[in-house]
Amino acid sequence: MSESTETELPVSTTAERQAVTSQAGAVPGRDWVIVTRGIKREYDMGGEIVRALRGVDIAIRRNEYVAIMGPSGSGKSTLMNLIGCLDTPTAGEYWLNGTLVSSMKDDELARIRNKEIGFVFQTFNLLPRATALHNVELPLVYAGMSAKLRRETAANALDRVQLTSRMHHKPNELSGGQRQRVAIARALVNSPSILLADEPTGNLDSATSQEIMKVFESLADQGQTVIMVTHEQDIAAHARRVVALHDGQVSSDTRREHFVVAHGAAIVAKGGVVG
Amino acid sequence: MLFFEAVRLALSTIRAQKLKSFFTLLGVCIGVMFLIAVVSIVEGMGRYMEQDLIGKLIGVNSFELRNRPNIQMGDMDPAVWEEMRRRPRLYHDDIAPVVEALTPGTRWAVVSDNNLMISSRYSGGPRSAQISAVEGDYFAIKKFVIVDGREFTAQELSMGTPVVIIGQDVVKRLFAGLNPIGRELRMGGLPYTVIGVLESQGSAIGISFDNQVFAPWQAPVHRLLNRVPQIIDAIIIQVPSAAQMGEAQERVRQVMRARHKLRPAQPDNFSVQTAESALAFWNKIKRYLVLAGVALPAIGLVVGAIVIMNIMLVAVAERTREIGIRKALGARRRDILTQFLIEAATLSTVGAALGIALGIGLAKLISAVSPLPATVAPWSIAVGVALGAGVGIISGVYPASRASMLDPIAALRQE
Repeated sequence: MSESTETELPVSTTAERQAVTSQAGAVPGRDWVIVTRGIKREYDMGGEIVRALRGVDIAIRRNEYVAIMGPSGSGKSTLMNLIGCLDTPTAGEYWLNGTLVSSMKDDELARIRNKEIGFVFQTFNLLPRATALHNVELPLVYAGMSAKLRRETAANALDRVQLTSRMHHKPNELSGGQRQRVAIARALVNSPSILLADEPTGNLDSATSQEIMKVFESLADQGQTVIMVTHEQDIAAHARRVVALHDGQVSSDTRREHFVVAHGAAIVAKGGVVG
Repeated sequence: MLFFEAVRLALSTIRAQKLKSFFTLLGVCIGVMFLIAVVSIVEGMGRYMEQDLIGKLIGVNSFELRNRPNIQMGDMDPAVWEEMRRRPRLYHDDIAPVVEALTPGTRWAVVSDNNLMISSRYSGGPRSAQISAVEGDYFAIKKFVIVDGREFTAQELSMGTPVVIIGQDVVKRLFAGLNPIGRELRMGGLPYTVIGVLESQGSAIGISFDNQVFAPWQAPVHRLLNRVPQIIDAIIIQVPSAAQMGEAQERVRQVMRARHKLRPAQPDNFSVQTAESALAFWNKIKRYLVLAGVALPAIGLVVGAIVIMNIMLVAVAERTREIGIRKALGARRRDILTQFLIEAATLSTVGAALGIALGIGLAKLISAVSPLPATVAPWSIAVGVALGAGVGIISGVYPASRASMLDPIAALRQE
């Protein structure tokens, strides 16, 4: 790994991560967007305790582009739900943007989701009866923004994903790629700390997948923290760091060393473990 | 902000599913429709009673001295009725002392009335009409306008000349196509000459005020109106202003108490009837009618509430994913709760609005095809809208709270 790559593509080092995840109870530094310390999530399935996460330490710096990988049953969905503040851990700490969210109540979590997290789902999850514009406006509605400002902000977000012309179309009048771009615009409209994508290309053909991955890439280049949950190697390959989960624990946390961004496709050379 | 969003969303749901929405709203719609219709008719009857019927029977600033009230609606205590039945009648001899006690400027009139058969040689068989034998300023107090012919002269009144003034119905039935003035009308086997025709007085609740014949009290017909010829039914007194009503009534009372030789402890054995006293019973009955008008549609509203609750539960189930999406994007429980409550309330209020329109239509229809009058009370519209919103909110509480409690992860996972 060379110094030039390091500055171009900010990725935290293992040592830095270990330092921040080991100090239980301490408020992480400002540039750490996500810090989890030994988070566990257990489900009670009719008397049987299912341990989906068995103590996960993850630290993600601002502007990192991280893929979370793992086979089904590895706990990556559970981890995504926790990172997305849709769920709270059974044990452990979760610091989001310097705030301890692991002990928050429902309504506080809703506010955090609204302000800090932009979701992009595999199935797009757009409201079928609402126009693209209205879908993008939705987070702003819950943020309490006035209708006029909301419309402008949402229109800008759609412009960022080149969908201005389809603004007044409903999801069923849009292609899969367009729908996912609407979802990305919706995720970005509140300027969240993290963009959290769950298998964002799972329902798209390969050409469209590439198109969507380019959108994520350019967002990452613009400084957006992106966390992507996927089980596809070639999708994870777009990220600059890959966290692999296995049986509810982190099995590896690696960075990509060399990125060559060519026309239409990112050719990725696998790198070694960072640090 | 969220309020208008939710209303807009609810309206678009109604537009998207017109038939389903219609059936959802039907219960509330019918409930409110009957509420408005019943209240409108009760209100219309009330207005009629107050302004037309009672006003026609008892003139402005006037009261009637009778042995017992003639406008007596509703049930009466048998003991009271027995007491009234035993009261002495008023006699023609009572007029002079009563009139003497009144202050100058006060008008008075005497009337005895009953239904008798009348006939003329110009048309078919005899027919029934209300015959009033009058004396004093009867037509002035009643504001009766004579459109054809003339009033009784003082001489005719004192002599009991057999002349009559007739109403429009009598003209139509006994003198069809003829000028009745100067023609002969028969009642009680005697001929009377028509000298005047009254302006139409209209009707109330299907009863015409135009089927009337007036004769001087002293004319022979008064013997047929009461069992004893000297009996009079009422002395009508009209004071120049409302302020003088109380004093005039008191004077008349004292005269009559003296004439009936009542001791101070004994109650009046005659009645001083005003428009207000005649209305008292109507106001009582009106309360019950309004209560019934509100209670019966309430059944429709309960059914409507259950239907709306059902539909909202289905909507929550159908839109679980939408709820999940909204929660993921930052909707709090309160936001989801409000959204579904407003949606239910909007549905129900639209139903109520429809019901108000139909109710007004129904009231107008009833008043058009039946003698029942109808007046749409503004308060009933407000109550209708409030009921609509209220029913919606009440029936929306359970489905909305279920929606708000949904776990976002489970909700998002649902297909």
